[in-house]
Amino acid sequence: MQPSPTQSPAQSPTPSRSNLAGWLYVLPLVLVLVPFFAAPILVVLAASFFATDGFGGLTPGFTLASYVEVLHSALTLKLYLATIKFTVLTWIFTLIIGFLVAYFLVFHVRNQLLAIGLFLLCTVPFWTSNIIRMISWIPLLGKEGLINQVLLALGVIRQPLEVLLFSDLAVVIAYVHQLTIFMIVPIFNSMARIDKKLIEAAIDAGASRFDIMRLIVVPMSKSGIALGTIFVVSIVMGDFFVVKVMSGGGSASVVSAFYEDVGVLQYPTAAASAVLLTLVLVAIVSLILRTVDIRQEITR
Amino acid sequence: MKNDRGDIELAGVCKSFDGFTNVVDGVNLKIADGAYCCFIGPSGCGKTTILRMIAGHDDPTAGEIVIGGQNVVGLAPVQRRTAMMFQSYALFPHLTVRENIAFALRVRGQSRSDRLRAADAMIEKVRLTQFADRLPAQLSGGQQQRVALARAAITEPRVLLLDEPLSALDEQLRVQMRQELRRMQQELGITFIHVTHTQLEAIALADLVVVMEQGRIKQAGPAREVYAHPRDRYVAEFMGGQNVLSGRVEKVNGASFTLAQVAPDAIEVPLQARPTVSVGDKVDIAVRRDDVALVRPGRELPPGCTTSLPSRVLAIEYQGYFVKVMLDTVPDDEFVAYVPEKAFFADPFTVGDVVMATWASGSALPLA
Repeated sequence: MQPSPTQSPAQSPTPSRSNLAGWLYVLPLVLVLVPFFAAPILVVLAASFFATDGFGGLTPGFTLASYVEVLHSALTLKLYLATIKFTVLTWIFTLIIGFLVAYFLVFHVRNQLLAIGLFLLCTVPFWTSNIIRMISWIPLLGKEGLINQVLLALGVIRQPLEVLLFSDLAVVIAYVHQLTIFMIVPIFNSMARIDKKLIEAAIDAGASRFDIMRLIVVPMSKSGIALGTIFVVSIVMGDFFVVKVMSGGGSASVVSAFYEDVGVLQYPTAAASAVLLTLVLVAIVSLILRTVDIRQEITR
Repeated sequence: MKNDRGDIELAGVCKSFDGFTNVVDGVNLKIADGAYCCFIGPSGCGKTTILRMIAGHDDPTAGEIVIGGQNVVGLAPVQRRTAMMFQSYALFPHLTVRENIAFALRVRGQSRSDRLRAADAMIEKVRLTQFADRLPAQLSGGQQQRVALARAAITEPRVLLLDEPLSALDEQLRVQMRQELRRMQQELGITFIHVTHTQLEAIALADLVVVMEQGRIKQAGPAREVYAHPRDRYVAEFMGGQNVLSGRVEKVNGASFTLAQVAPDAIEVPLQARPTVSVGDKVDIAVRRDDVALVRPGRELPPGCTTSLPSRVLAIEYQGYFVKVMLDTVPDDEFVAYVPEKAFFADPFTVGDVVMATWASGSALPLA
């Protein structure tokens, strides 16, 4: 790259001016990140150390009482286990479906236009709101729903299946429905960059379809899989709404606990729970980033 | 089917991708076992398609491909016992050199220790031992090429197919790797089929040069035959080193004929392999550029030379051991003389000089 005049100190009359230009470049991002990301996090962090009068009033100070309460509660562990169960199940299903859909779009659809069309088709569920999407499962999974009616009519079951709706199964179904696209997009992106000649070279060497998937496509889609995993894991772990609606109140998640806390004005406990969850998520994400060097893969 | 013969026969092979036009149009060819064969032609002439059909990555629309006496159409590359080296190599970027080379053995289910031992032996053969644990992106172009060659050769194929193997390299490396390809071919003792668009590469390497145009074979033969005795104008111009002139037959006299209308003087041409020509036929002839001697007007012609065409020097290029002199001898076609350096500088011409271009009358070659 040619050094531009502003970068070369010998030619730049006022170094402070180029400094100013640098700040101007980052200014928009700073204006977004500081008030909408950094400040709220700091507020929550501060609140988690405050004491409360039990009626929503906060006393500024430094106490670890909220953390002690959260960490000592048996409910915390139970909720984390429940949330991790939903996360793992959702991750497995979105990964399998997302990988296969992306694989199909990249390697089996020869027509580029058709591939893009099918890709857009995957986004159709997002043309409507989250709530509508969840409600639409009721006519299908409900007690009087399509699946139960068909099974009853076929004589497979005698009583309608209760497990279909307002259950953990329904929660996982709704998550998978919502989040598979977050797997498809990054995996599709990394797969699309695999040179088709590599597949041919593998066929030439005698690799079966399964060998090609195992030895070429999966390792080369690692960055996409990692990105999709980060999306899915952080969304599921940070959600309470789907759990609440689809389990019919029968299950809870980590976030639903602090939603309750906020409801009864226990702000410091809610804040402490939020900080804890953030730390857990940071740990998970950095674990993923340690396994897959996304930056290196993206710049490849 | 343990059959190590790598002789290939193409019989009436056609390939059409759209159902209308034949990219490969009725190719018949025999390639001997252990031969080094080069397909050469401009891009789009079907040479790579032929290679891919022999490799089993495309199926012919019609015709048979026989390797070692067995029709292989419809068989997978592994069953054909062919291996292909791809243009720009197609090395697996996430695997090390050793893993790349061992890949074919891995998918064949060889144990880890066996395949790594075999890979290491092959790595030594291509002199990459110190790079065995590197990724392809950490290698130079020439090293990548050697990995690709080793990866293709490790399965002991009976035919190795190379798709423009040298096109990704710079000039100097190209000449060096060319040698290496030939050395590997002799060491492995198997049939190599090499697709290229570089004439020098083809004639330097090949036992059998196949010149193609628009899906058809124009001429196939040993390098020297194709270069020195091109069958027609296309081959002569494509292979280079020849001046092509056309004119009408004025007179046929025994073993030679006289060509007129090229230049003020008639040209004597020996009949050679050309069966018959009759007076009035339009005929192309070729004269090797290094057979052309340049003489100043009025001087005596060298012995054996009967034809001399007055020409003006258009341009001069110094090429080291010879000097390329471009002339306006014939109105529409290029006419070039390769004059040995020492001869040229004994009495150098300059641009604009008038010279007589002459050659021994026996060296003109009638074209089909």
